[in-house]
Amino acid sequence: MNRKIETESDVVIFPKKTMDIVKRGLARRYRSERRFKFLGLSAIVASLVFLTLLFTSIIGNGYTAFWQTFIRLDIFFDPHILTENNLSRANYPGLVKSSLHSLFPDVSGRKNLRALDGLVSKGAAFELRKMVLNDPELIGTTQSIWLTADDDLDMLVKGHIDRSVPEIARRISDLQLSWIDTLSDQGRIRKQFNTGFFTNGDSREPELAGIRGAAVGSFYTLIVTLLLSFPIGVASAVYLEEFAPKNRLTDIIEVNINNLAAVPSIVFGLLGLAVFLNFAGLPRSAPVVGGLVLTLMTLPTIIISGRAALKSVPPSIREGALGIGASKTQMVMHHVFPLALPGMLTGTIIGMAQALGETAPLLMIGMVAFIVDVPGGFTDPSTVLPVQIFLWADSPERAFVERTSAAIIVLLGFLIVMNATAVFLRKRFERRW
Amino acid sequence: MFKKVAIVAAGVFLLTSAQMTSAQSARDYISIVGSSTVYPFATVVAEQFGKTTDYKTPKIESTGSGGGYKLFCAGVGVEHPDITNASRRIKDTELEQCKANGVQDVVEVKIGYDGIVFANSKKAEPMNISRKDLFLALAKDVPDPNGGEKTISNPYKTWKDVNASLPDKKIEVLGPPPTSGTRDAFVEMVMEEGGNSFDWIKALSKSDSAKYKGICHTIREDGAYIEAGENDNLIVQKLDANPDAFGIFGFSFLDQNTDKIQGVPIDGVEPTFDVIADGSYPVSRSLYCYVKKAHVDVIPGMKEYLDEFTSEAAWGPDGYLLDKGMIPMPDAERKKFGADVKDLKILESVE
Repeated sequence: MNRKIETESDVVIFPKKTMDIVKRGLARRYRSERRFKFLGLSAIVASLVFLTLLFTSIIGNGYTAFWQTFIRLDIFFDPHILTENNLSRANYPGLVKSSLHSLFPDVSGRKNLRALDGLVSKGAAFELRKMVLNDPELIGTTQSIWLTADDDLDMLVKGHIDRSVPEIARRISDLQLSWIDTLSDQGRIRKQFNTGFFTNGDSREPELAGIRGAAVGSFYTLIVTLLLSFPIGVASAVYLEEFAPKNRLTDIIEVNINNLAAVPSIVFGLLGLAVFLNFAGLPRSAPVVGGLVLTLMTLPTIIISGRAALKSVPPSIREGALGIGASKTQMVMHHVFPLALPGMLTGTIIGMAQALGETAPLLMIGMVAFIVDVPGGFTDPSTVLPVQIFLWADSPERAFVERTSAAIIVLLGFLIVMNATAVFLRKRFERRW
Repeated sequence: MFKKVAIVAAGVFLLTSAQMTSAQSARDYISIVGSSTVYPFATVVAEQFGKTTDYKTPKIESTGSGGGYKLFCAGVGVEHPDITNASRRIKDTELEQCKANGVQDVVEVKIGYDGIVFANSKKAEPMNISRKDLFLALAKDVPDPNGGEKTISNPYKTWKDVNASLPDKKIEVLGPPPTSGTRDAFVEMVMEEGGNSFDWIKALSKSDSAKYKGICHTIREDGAYIEAGENDNLIVQKLDANPDAFGIFGFSFLDQNTDKIQGVPIDGVEPTFDVIADGSYPVSRSLYCYVKKAHVDVIPGMKEYLDEFTSEAAWGPDGYLLDKGMIPMPDAERKKFGADVKDLKILESVE
């Protein structure tokens, strides 16, 4: 009896005590939850603010580079200058100059004429050469042609050169300003979409510089990286996850793979210099070597993500396959691997995006170089997009500032597309159990 | 399936490497390495050469003068560069290294001059500075102001501390890191000269050159001198934002940014085009390129590239290199080096 009462009282009193403890702590727990949420939210807000700052500064600096200033000149394709046998080496700059001089007949003196000629880009002569070589019928006619303007004029039109500062402190003289105003009044100056930025290779003249060479170089490099790192990475992941015995050796391999994922990328560059260039004798600055080095760098990423994807396939699938008599290889190839493939592809794309943005390892193997010609193959000297950005950022000419930002916009565009593809693949093909 | 993929990948790899070895044995473009100071000039010539001739555009890597010599002197053969650019003359040890590796015949070409400027923002008051002031402001150890032949750790905080005629502003100088050729040249032409203004330090250069270098070549590390990396554009932007700071960089960056920054006259000479060209500006250096003679007839276009570089249209007093900020040599020197290039005159030794 006694006992029962005791338990009864316990039953009544004990929950009360618990509730008291719970209630006493409740406010504190809610507070800490709110605090945690707030911290998390502010972390996200802070990173968004930084991202916005980055994007506004890059886009604000770079969007003007997608437009380019052109000057309309009436070019007389003089048959005395363009004779039959020297079409490719004729004095094309002379054609541009004489057209400019005829617009401003009063200008005389070497220095002033030089300043006048300086309004048109050096590339204009090559534009004319290309036109004549494509269509020799032009010779003897006068054509009104929009030619690329010099970078200083371009900067003035875009408002990056201040007219109000004294003449000595300006890249454009008062005389040049008056000519530009005259040309502008005659409707001979306009801005149009800068197609050259996407179709030209690198140049030391900002108005002629484009990203095509670097983009093609990046493309070749990534092709080599993908062709090598995807099969090797996937095969290692499948072997390590499905076939390898679990012993000390595979443990060591696993630790090493995880370590390699964290090695600074410049180390892979040094390795590439020692092995691929000095030992194997591959050419410097070639996309194939860049691809090999970046393969080493992305392999750990692909292997780790590949193994994670294989791990996420439930054991029941494996057991089911083995249960109806499939061999181990059939089980892996027919059932486990196809289910893990989307996860592996996601990892590969993220690895590729990483490789696309890499500069440091390429420095050692000579891909940080001035290369004008657009590479035509895996062994032609070439550079890649992030290297192009680095080289432009280091150039003295003012007009390269906006081009640097514009190249960053293009690179970011590629990265966003690649990462979005990864997200899409994951959403579209991923299975949950 | 993986076996197949692996075999195909290995096959592709072998094929490409085979193709590469053949590509390697017949390189049809010029490979140039070397100084980041000469890079902006050499690239312009290379581009012009590529566009006006049928040859491919040369490939130019910016490796720094020292790195350039190392690659250049590694040997003869298409896998080694044909030309190296330098913002200082080749050293005896480097030339010996070249010869030890089979690079017997090296042609030296001086291409022009470059000034190193000490500049600040246009928003600041102009000032005038001497090399002695710069030495006292930037050396790690300076002569004891109380006299005597000993050094103390640099006590100067403001320019006024260094020289009473200078403004009362904190010493803040942005400059290149020790790996840079610009830094080497600055140390040699400004710091050493500044140190030489003290007789006992000058005497050290004969008697105890290690100690002399210790005094003159060591730049203070207490925050007054800020290593700003190799990116001179960054220094220009920082000067624009901070009118109290000064920067050290090549003349071409001053030339391109005259609306934002001004050159500080050193020993009373303002860094302008003309004074650097006539040699009266104290901090200017010669730019060189070195050519591997053994490659001249092997790599297509080498002669033509050198012709382009040494043409009046390029390196002359009205040439396009001038537009990029290189300072041309006087007529006689241009003539001499132009002739050397024509005859491919071999550099026997560096005296």
